[in-house]
Amino acid sequence: MSEHLVDIKNERLSFFTPAGEVKALNDVSLYLEDGEVLGIVGESGSGKSVTSYSIMGITADPGRIIGGTVEFNGHHIEKLSEKEMRKIRGKEVSMIFQDPMTSLNPVYTIGNQIEEAILLHTDKSKAEARERAVELLRLVGINEPEKRIKQYPHELSGGMRQRVMIAIALACEPKLLIADEPTTALDVTIQAQILELIMELKEKLGMAVILITHDLGIVSSMCDRIAVMYAGKVIECGSTDDIFYTPKHEYTRGLLRSVPRLDEKESQRLVAIEGTPVDMLNPPAGCPFAPRCPKCMKICLREMPPYTYFSDIHYSACWLNQKEEFENAGKEES
Amino acid sequence: MDDTSKKLVEIQHLKQYFPVAGSSILSRTYVKAVDDVSFFIRKGQTLGLVGESGCGKTTTGRTLLQLYEPTAGRIIYDGNVIFDSGNVPLYDENGKPVLDGEGKPVLGKKTKVNMLPYRRKMQIVFQDPYASLDPRMTVGDIVGEAIDIHKLASSKAERRDKIITMLERVGLNSEHANRYPHEFSGGQRQRVGIARALAVDPEFIVCDEPISALDVSIQAQVINMLEDLQREFGLTYLFIAHDLSVVKHISTKIGVMYLGKLVEMADSYELTFHSCHPYTRSLISAIPIADPITSRNSKRIVLQGDIPSPVNPPSGCHFRTRCPYADKLCAEAEPKWGKVGEGHWCACHHLDRVD
Amino acid sequence: MDIKKNFLSLQLKADDFIPATEEEKQSLVIMRESVGFWKDGLRRLVKNKVAMVSLVFIVIIMFFSFVVPSFYPYSYEQQQKGAENLFPMKYSANELQRIEEGEKVFPHFLGTDKLGRDYAVRVMVGSRISLTVGLVAAVIILVIGSLYGSIAAFFGGWVDIIMMRIVDIIYTIPDVLLIVLLSFALKAPLKALSATQGFKWIGVVGPNLVSIFIVFALLYWVGMARIVRSQVLVLRESEYVTAARALGANNSRIVRKHLLTNCIGTLIVTTTLQIPSSIFTESYLSFLGLGVAVPLPSLGSLASSAINGMNTYPYLLIAPAVLISLIILSFNLFGDGLRDAFDPKMKK
Repeated sequence: MSEHLVDIKNERLSFFTPAGEVKALNDVSLYLEDGEVLGIVGESGSGKSVTSYSIMGITADPGRIIGGTVEFNGHHIEKLSEKEMRKIRGKEVSMIFQDPMTSLNPVYTIGNQIEEAILLHTDKSKAEARERAVELLRLVGINEPEKRIKQYPHELSGGMRQRVMIAIALACEPKLLIADEPTTALDVTIQAQILELIMELKEKLGMAVILITHDLGIVSSMCDRIAVMYAGKVIECGSTDDIFYTPKHEYTRGLLRSVPRLDEKESQRLVAIEGTPVDMLNPPAGCPFAPRCPKCMKICLREMPPYTYFSDIHYSACWLNQKEEFENAGKEES
Repeated sequence: MDDTSKKLVEIQHLKQYFPVAGSSILSRTYVKAVDDVSFFIRKGQTLGLVGESGCGKTTTGRTLLQLYEPTAGRIIYDGNVIFDSGNVPLYDENGKPVLDGEGKPVLGKKTKVNMLPYRRKMQIVFQDPYASLDPRMTVGDIVGEAIDIHKLASSKAERRDKIITMLERVGLNSEHANRYPHEFSGGQRQRVGIARALAVDPEFIVCDEPISALDVSIQAQVINMLEDLQREFGLTYLFIAHDLSVVKHISTKIGVMYLGKLVEMADSYELTFHSCHPYTRSLISAIPIADPITSRNSKRIVLQGDIPSPVNPPSGCHFRTRCPYADKLCAEAEPKWGKVGEGHWCACHHLDRVD
Repeated sequence: MDIKKNFLSLQLKADDFIPATEEEKQSLVIMRESVGFWKDGLRRLVKNKVAMVSLVFIVIIMFFSFVVPSFYPYSYEQQQKGAENLFPMKYSANELQRIEEGEKVFPHFLGTDKLGRDYAVRVMVGSRISLTVGLVAAVIILVIGSLYGSIAAFFGGWVDIIMMRIVDIIYTIPDVLLIVLLSFALKAPLKALSATQGFKWIGVVGPNLVSIFIVFALLYWVGMARIVRSQVLVLRESEYVTAARALGANNSRIVRKHLLTNCIGTLIVTTTLQIPSSIFTESYLSFLGLGVAVPLPSLGSLASSAINGMNTYPYLLIAPAVLISLIILSFNLFGDGLRDAFDPKMKK
């Protein structure tokens, strides 16, 4: 039994596609405390969504967990059956998705859909569930909830739909909310509303949040800790300040440098990360970032770097950090 | 940059209305996707257009290239009128309306030129690098299409050389020419899209959200490349995006659009640090900054409400339903497009109250 | 302690920490072998066992119906006196006598019919007629349907509205009724035509078969037209077509280079799936007596005439009926395989 709310240890997950095995997760370890906000940053194919889906016990079809453990709230997710998982999903852990249009069923009213989530996990009566649905809609900042409850998803705007999705996710006051790119499909001004709402609800309900995004701006204002993923591996993890002010991995550094900032007075040339993302069917033998890394060394081409710890919570997988250790060790000996 | 270089592209009172799908043929309702937008771009400069979905920024770019026939307005390219609907006033070089003997404004002559020669000068780069490349054509043929259409090569060898030159210009190589788009990553595909636009040696390129479909680590590559190409070939850009920080980085001037109308336009520094329109201000404040200390300390203006449907925009000022300063006047009258500073224009009734 | 363990297990050397060269870095980036659209689709098709078995089956049937009858010892209309209604592998008295004389007599694998014609060759020729009808009809439907559909979609607006309303009207006409009417109406003019030089073939295949083709040409292209139209409508709005327009491409270039090439997958698949339904239509029309002219057999007419002696000679009915089912099944399965291979979007 782990003391953490979520404790993923050495998870390996592969997709067995006709073209070959895709190692979507390659030895991923992550943990999450009660009430904490963890940001997972990475580009498409980095495994950030796959990691959090596996906490929900969801693995898309050709995928299989082939190693490691996923513990959530005392459950060993990787050992649970689909039936047992269904009791946990929606009750202890919920998820909101990128596209609020496709995740709502267009033929039911939003009231029906929220009530369904409530009735599934509690023994409330229909009338009580309706009451709770109205209450939830009010909680997520939808005005006139009594009227809205009778509307269909297509009658609502994108931002409203995302609010409804959040209401459904929160129906049973879960301990963990997974938000998978919750604002990517929304406009900036609507994004600000939704992010503010998530933070407000997190304070109110005391739940933990995993925020998956590619936007460094969003994590900087919302998260306690950040995990940076690249090619199915957590390459750096630390507190938000660690990641932004003392990044220890060349990829993290590159990401931070490559984003233009609105508040800079003079436009400077961006420092791009050269090269193309890893082909997950033919990943390089050593560090997956090696082909794009400006400071790549011989060993990076051959061996996967081990983690170096800079504090209890800040660690990174890069041979450059090991190089310092190695040189220091050498000096001590001589 | 040089503020006196000549105007390469100019649009005046451009309107683009689309019939609403499903509305009856007899009583069509229209979406005013672009409603009376005017601006110009000087040679070698970049105009950024920002706004949220449905604000008409993409349509403006495409109408400018006449990929859609404009509903009304005038388009001038390099001093030549290439489209004129015949019902907008003429302007002289200083931007003053030309008046006839009785003091009435003179209207332009209805014009519609053959666009083929202009297709060699004005090009476009698309948002979605997956949808904008024909999946059945090799990358070489995609880049070579322009060469075929405009007969820019006299022999097969010359065509091949040209294609390879273009690919190399965008950081690809000859080995890539025989491959199909699906074999490339998003960033590489976008490079192919840029090579295709460059193949005709254009002077002006509409960049329609060229980086928003790309991964963060790739975006900077493409932005840098666009900047390098601009410097090397003296290109002029219309850069359309929803991400103000990117637009600010690359643009000389920025125009902000809301529901089919320009609401503010200024030099990019001026616009980001001294904006006047309440919408621009909330847009700037809504953008999360990738710096924990700054973002912890900054107070956001979070706009309430949703963007109204462009089919049925609010009366008067379109922004009034979400504007903290809105009053009766805003509902009754459309705000005038007025000068608020050197090269800084804005359309708002309450500039005095917006601090 | 993690670090120390790593040091021990990996035996790090100072050399490991010198920067890697650009070539070394690039050697890690291997671009996959280039795969074109056709090659990729073909590879997927070959991997599909059901489709490949169907294809082999289609080839075998084609061989037996188009090649074998030309050197088969019996012909489909040759009547043998005294060899009427033979059971499979049985010989007539006449033939038994010849065998005794030391002559070799080719066996009647499926017996003979009531006129003493070898049934095996009749079934083969019958399936030849059915396959020909299926293939020719599919081509007619392909040409008319795709032209009509793409014209409607490409021009859009009023053209599209009017053309698609015509399609709707054609959909509402009951096809059997039209075939009956047409075959009666066309009988006289076709007969007259078959008398003239150069049109003799009409007499051989029979005016009914020709009117079936005419009906296919008139009626059955509408499904194809709808599919092509919706495909072109989607493609026309695609960004790469807009890109081609921005480059200055004219309509004919856009149709040739972009719309057609991207439709081809759908066209092949729909056409292949059209073949079995045409064969089926021909068979049931022949079964109703509206198909090919005697003595030419088709699988449907064979089955129809076998109905009368069903109790005594069940194999006369079973042979063509099973063959119809197998042909239709294998074309359908092969068509499905083609769709999965060349048009993955249409799956589901």
